[in-house]
Amino acid sequence: MKHDKFSVIGRSLPKIDAWAKVTGETKFADDLILPRMAYGKLLRSPHPHALIKRIDTARAKALPGVYAVITGLDLPRVKFGILPVSQDEEALCVDKVRMVGDAVAAVAAVDEETAERAARLIEVEYEPLKSLMSIHDSLANPDVRIHEYGDGPNIHKAVALQFGDVEAAFTGSHLVREDVFFFEGNTHLPMEQHAAVAHWGPDGKLTLWSSTQTPHYVHRLLGKILDVPQAHIRVIAAPVGGGFGGKLDPFAHEIAACRLSQLTGRPVKIALTREEVFYVHRGRHPVLMWIKTGFAADGAITGMHFRSWLDGGAYGSYGVASTFYTGALQTVTYKIPVYKFEGARIFTNKPPCGPKRGHGTPQPRFAVECQIDKAAEQLGLDPADMRRRNLAEPFTKTANHLTVSTMGLGECIDRVVEASGWREKRGKLPPGRGIGIACSSYLTGAGSAIYWNDMPHSGVVLRADRSGLVAVLCGATDIGQGSDSILAYLVAEVLGIEPKDVRVHPADTDLTPVDLGSYSSRVTLMAGNAAIQAATRLRERIFEAVAKKLEVAADALVARDRRVFVEDQEDRGVSFAEAVVLGESMHGVLAFPGSYAPPKRAGKYKGGGVGPSPCYSYSACVVEVDVDVDTGEVKPREIWIAHDVGRALNPLLVEGQVEGSIYMGLGEALMEEQVFRKGVHKAPSMLEYKSPTTLETPEIHTILVETDDPEGPFGAKEAGQGPLLPVIPAVANAVHSAVGVRIDETPISPDKVLRALDLKRQGKPARIGPDKLPLFKFPEARAVESAFGQPAEKITERPFGHQRSFAK
Amino acid sequence: MKTRLTLKVNGETRDMIVPVQKTLLEVLREDLNLTGTKHGCELGECGTCTVLVDGEPVLSCLVLPIEVQGREIKTVEGMAEAGRLHPLQQAFAELGAAQCGYCTPGILLTAEALLEDNATPSRDEVKEALAGNLCRCTGYTKILDAVELAALRMRGTHA
Repeated sequence: MKHDKFSVIGRSLPKIDAWAKVTGETKFADDLILPRMAYGKLLRSPHPHALIKRIDTARAKALPGVYAVITGLDLPRVKFGILPVSQDEEALCVDKVRMVGDAVAAVAAVDEETAERAARLIEVEYEPLKSLMSIHDSLANPDVRIHEYGDGPNIHKAVALQFGDVEAAFTGSHLVREDVFFFEGNTHLPMEQHAAVAHWGPDGKLTLWSSTQTPHYVHRLLGKILDVPQAHIRVIAAPVGGGFGGKLDPFAHEIAACRLSQLTGRPVKIALTREEVFYVHRGRHPVLMWIKTGFAADGAITGMHFRSWLDGGAYGSYGVASTFYTGALQTVTYKIPVYKFEGARIFTNKPPCGPKRGHGTPQPRFAVECQIDKAAEQLGLDPADMRRRNLAEPFTKTANHLTVSTMGLGECIDRVVEASGWREKRGKLPPGRGIGIACSSYLTGAGSAIYWNDMPHSGVVLRADRSGLVAVLCGATDIGQGSDSILAYLVAEVLGIEPKDVRVHPADTDLTPVDLGSYSSRVTLMAGNAAIQAATRLRERIFEAVAKKLEVAADALVARDRRVFVEDQEDRGVSFAEAVVLGESMHGVLAFPGSYAPPKRAGKYKGGGVGPSPCYSYSACVVEVDVDVDTGEVKPREIWIAHDVGRALNPLLVEGQVEGSIYMGLGEALMEEQVFRKGVHKAPSMLEYKSPTTLETPEIHTILVETDDPEGPFGAKEAGQGPLLPVIPAVANAVHSAVGVRIDETPISPDKVLRALDLKRQGKPARIGPDKLPLFKFPEARAVESAFGQPAEKITERPFGHQRSFAK
Repeated sequence: MKTRLTLKVNGETRDMIVPVQKTLLEVLREDLNLTGTKHGCELGECGTCTVLVDGEPVLSCLVLPIEVQGREIKTVEGMAEAGRLHPLQQAFAELGAAQCGYCTPGILLTAEALLEDNATPSRDEVKEALAGNLCRCTGYTKILDAVELAALRMRGTHA
């Protein structure tokens, strides 16, 4: 990956925070200890759906060591939620609880144990209501309302969009398939439990340290729901011990800690237990899917109609976006000339679902890729060839008005087919062994912010010190993916210094320009482009000063090896630190902003804001499995993945993201499930919630494909989410290849495989999966012309002076 | 009820008076400010809080400190000697084996115990030794690579 043009980009360097992480010095939120700090605890509902009749905190308040006890009445009565369209949460519920785990009161005490004892002394009288535990329950009981808002009783959101005439396409198709799939919910399971420390100072200003992926949105929210101007609130994201989307919402414990700190005049820490993290959730939606696709005899897709029903849980969270995402990206991977999507998110009395790695797209990807496998079998085609025939065209628009730019999926397929020995193995493996393939695409950053505005999505301020140190201030949040390091590499590359000469100060709303957060795989591209712009501006000013001193033209200079010098005359120049001194002497303080906002490409229809992205990554994955016909156990033997990352800024980190995605995808494919019995989580512990260990994770072969995207920083696209998507259907397809059964429902657990094998032995259709669909009338589909095949629009005007960072 | 304790942690003898029900994990983090030891479940399920007691990995969330008085306790803060990183720490940093870094201290100590017992572990033996330590970021691949690299380097040094 090393490129002659670059000195830092393309090198497999350690992360800049690697040393702190291997010595235990990294301070996560729960590692913060402040003088006089109190410890907080939330009291949570044991009922899935109930009215709160009375809360008596007297006994808790009387317990020695208790500083304060609050209920929802001690907070402003303002509902909130991450999306402007779903303001349906309360930090502490006042009238009604909607899930087991809803917080109703909070305590601050001298230590955690006292806080816990006090919480148990709070008396709450509930009047249980009928609880709705499934999509079916919620639709069948419209008289029981979980919320009063939405697109119908217990229907959070219902959408229907049509891009061209799918029925006409089906009529002319060689093969039309209808299939039904179910993707079970699962959760992020970050190793770090959420924690927050709030300090309401004597000056009336509030500081919150939190394990959050999105300090900016938390900042906005606190300004809305606390009695303090947002300008007097400072939110600092501590290094996050694993996020995966689970720390993207504002949470009750953050808000309660702030209020308790205000009341006690002490810093207050609230750290969640592992069980609480399972209930806080916001993870993968369980989604039931119906998909109808037309195919030509050569395997070309003629049209697709996709329906999804999402079990949303008790609150909105990101659910409206999740719903649109279940229908948005089908068209980005393959050519789909006409497309129809209908989706509905239904409230149930369970912890709310939200964004987990791949947000709303792994479920439809599972359905699409398994269906293509079935169609290939019917058409007598090699599934790899069939996919290759259907590749979306680079630099064109999709039916639903998304713009595909660089597109390396063809190369990805070729590379995994070659590396895995697909042609030699397919159909020729011993009994019980199988091989499957699947592909995917994913956003490199959401094209729209969660609230509409014309400001940058990411900002950087860069300051050069007279010592030669360069400080990067950026609101981005490092959740382990290495975003701080990426900023250091990019700045070092532009300025010709080493990453070690750059210090990154992230995620502090007082000091750092806004970055919207670590979600939708947006940080490398958006914060990266902002950092490049700031560094380029700094370099221009430094060059100007050095040029004057050396009496040469500024464009004759280059910055490399910690020096600024005349190109091809290394001795005619100055050290970088001297260049900074010259620059500061000429211009004054050297501090420069960089800003980035993605191209405005939202389709001109309602819902067109979900799906657009500066560019899309592509992945192709081959999985080889062994299936034990006696136990039903599926063991992945090896996995090959090729990922179009645009450019690998640091191949080591890209591989790490790919490997982590594969692992998480395998967990979802084979074992992970977030399921409830009467509203109570069936497995709220790390032992019972099965996730892969070293023993269940096979050897992973990662191939990086570079396509140099015009919008990416030095051509880079995302790596942290896309590679999860193809893993799950590739496993399902490999199981079919191994033992001839179709498991159309995740996880592909041993019991399902055994049941399918039984059916096969009885000569029945060897398929496990849903067969009933909810009785639900989607709204009339909004008809929008298909934009399929139109050329991508040339972007001429860009906000904030953004320019392409690197030309080939 | 409180009790007086004397613990030997990272070569230093420390006296303290702590509530009897506090776990070793809590005493390390809260009374000795050794916050490098993390907690993932406090039920003995995830391996995150692993420390070494007389060289053997134990889950500090399940141990009462009184049980380990007089024994050598080692936390991640004790791995680097005089500012020189342990070869495992070096390899983990170089190979990107720590992403969020939250499970890293527990995994480093478990791996250290393995390499003390077995200087030439096979990949399967490394997997077996680390099977009780969950990591959600890395897919384990770079962790296994780093343990193997450290083992190689440690053999080089000792040979």
